[in-house]
Amino acid sequence: MTRHVVARAAELQPGTRKLVTVEGRGIVVLNIKGELFALSNTCPHKGASLCNGLLTGLVRSTKPGEYQYERAGEILRCPWHQWEFDVRTGRSYCDPRRLRLMQFPIAVEPGASVVEGPYVAETFPVAIEDDYIVLEVP
Amino acid sequence: MQAVAERAPPEPLGRVSTDWKGAIDCDVHPHVPDIAALTRHMDDYWRETVGVRGITGFESIAYPPRAPLTVRPDWRGDKAAGRERADTDPKRTAAALMDRHGFAHSILNCLYAVQLIRDEHMAAAFCRAVNDWVRAEWLDRDPRYRASIILPLQNPELSVDEIERCAPDKRFIQVMGLAAGEQPLGKSHFWPVWQAAERHNLAVGIHSGSSYYHATTGSGWPSYYLEDYAAQSLAFHTQLGSFIAEGVFVKFPKLKLVLIESGVTWIAPYLWRLSKFWRGVRLEVPWIDRSPVEFVRDHVRLTIQPFDAPNSGETVGRLMDQLQSDQMLLFASDFPHWQFDGDAMLPGGIDASLRKKILIDNPLATYPRLVSPH
Ligand code: FES
Repeated sequence: MTRHVVARAAELQPGTRKLVTVEGRGIVVLNIKGELFALSNTCPHKGASLCNGLLTGLVRSTKPGEYQYERAGEILRCPWHQWEFDVRTGRSYCDPRRLRLMQFPIAVEPGASVVEGPYVAETFPVAIEDDYIVLEVP
Repeated sequence: MQAVAERAPPEPLGRVSTDWKGAIDCDVHPHVPDIAALTRHMDDYWRETVGVRGITGFESIAYPPRAPLTVRPDWRGDKAAGRERADTDPKRTAAALMDRHGFAHSILNCLYAVQLIRDEHMAAAFCRAVNDWVRAEWLDRDPRYRASIILPLQNPELSVDEIERCAPDKRFIQVMGLAAGEQPLGKSHFWPVWQAAERHNLAVGIHSGSSYYHATTGSGWPSYYLEDYAAQSLAFHTQLGSFIAEGVFVKFPKLKLVLIESGVTWIAPYLWRLSKFWRGVRLEVPWIDRSPVEFVRDHVRLTIQPFDAPNSGETVGRLMDQLQSDQMLLFASDFPHWQFDGDAMLPGGIDASLRKKILIDNPLATYPRLVSPH
């Protein structure tokens, strides 16, 4: 398990997302209402890049003609064939057991602790006074 | 298939095979011999109407009398010998099927062409007559027969009335309509009918056939009977898609839908398409909260004749893999239609345990009234 510094916390405001590459792997990092999520960027269907997919709600129904719209902004739809993925679990709606996105533990860490590391921060310098987004990659 | 034999060979007698014992034959077609057989079961108004208007009967072109498919040679009538078609006679039908093979039941699906009648009240009158004819001439003559209630789907309310009228007789175990009518049958217009069926523990059967309200293909009228018959499976695509997408199985979770004489093997590629596209556009129909194929496994059954595949074992195995269910196929002879020769009533490649499911277990699980008639 390696911990990677992938962004300054200030860079990823609520409602934004960022595609990062860690150990050659594309990972989409999302800030949804202040909560951070990190998921594999590659759609398990045909490999589309998910980072620009629509973030939408979960639509459920118990009977014909009923539409319940829940959890606005927590469902990521693939830009290609529109399959839906739950950002909280990585699971697809259509086949949740077999089709899922890998999730990565993600946290905000103060610059001071990041500098001490065992962190990898290849792409930018780390300042003690800032906060950073740290990903764990197996 | 060969051309119709000049003289039908006599029906073989006397040999009862044990391979079929206890089977439930889910598609047998009794044939109304003439209009008098029906007018006997009509009230005064309709009996007089039929006579005064000179109505001689309603015949669909779905089964042209001389087409090879329509009646197997050994079950055809023979004027010279003074013999009617076997399917007009409950005794000879029983002899060809239940007596000969030891079937437990034959389920009668009368195809009298009530769907052609545009006057919905007349359609309902003919349905009542057909259902009462089946009851009097078939069900009452052999306790092994069971039957479908023929519905005037021209009008859902009248269809519900007919269900309510017939349902107290537990020998009716299914309601039946045809694959091509005025509208797709999953639409809410028809829900009262499916609700009544569910309430009475009746399965819903859809048999191939058309009211010819629309062209028999989605691209217009074909020229030939060949095209018409081959296109039937397309109508089943439509009905299956409609039942699923409209949410009929969500609304009526106990309902079983039986696709009768549909050809069977079309279902795997169609389900592939339906389930694949559902993944991307399911927001349209969020009540379909799991893959369509799962609804099909839970609710949809198919009668096994005809079976559109070469008679090698492979197709059955592949179909079972694709459907991931050994519960969906129901045994049927499709008597008197010429779907097989001799006693080769099942396609190849069915092992003993699947065979028992198809012959007995699956029909029992599909038709609750077969299990607890009272
Ligand atoms: S590539 Fe993502 S749904 Fe097809």
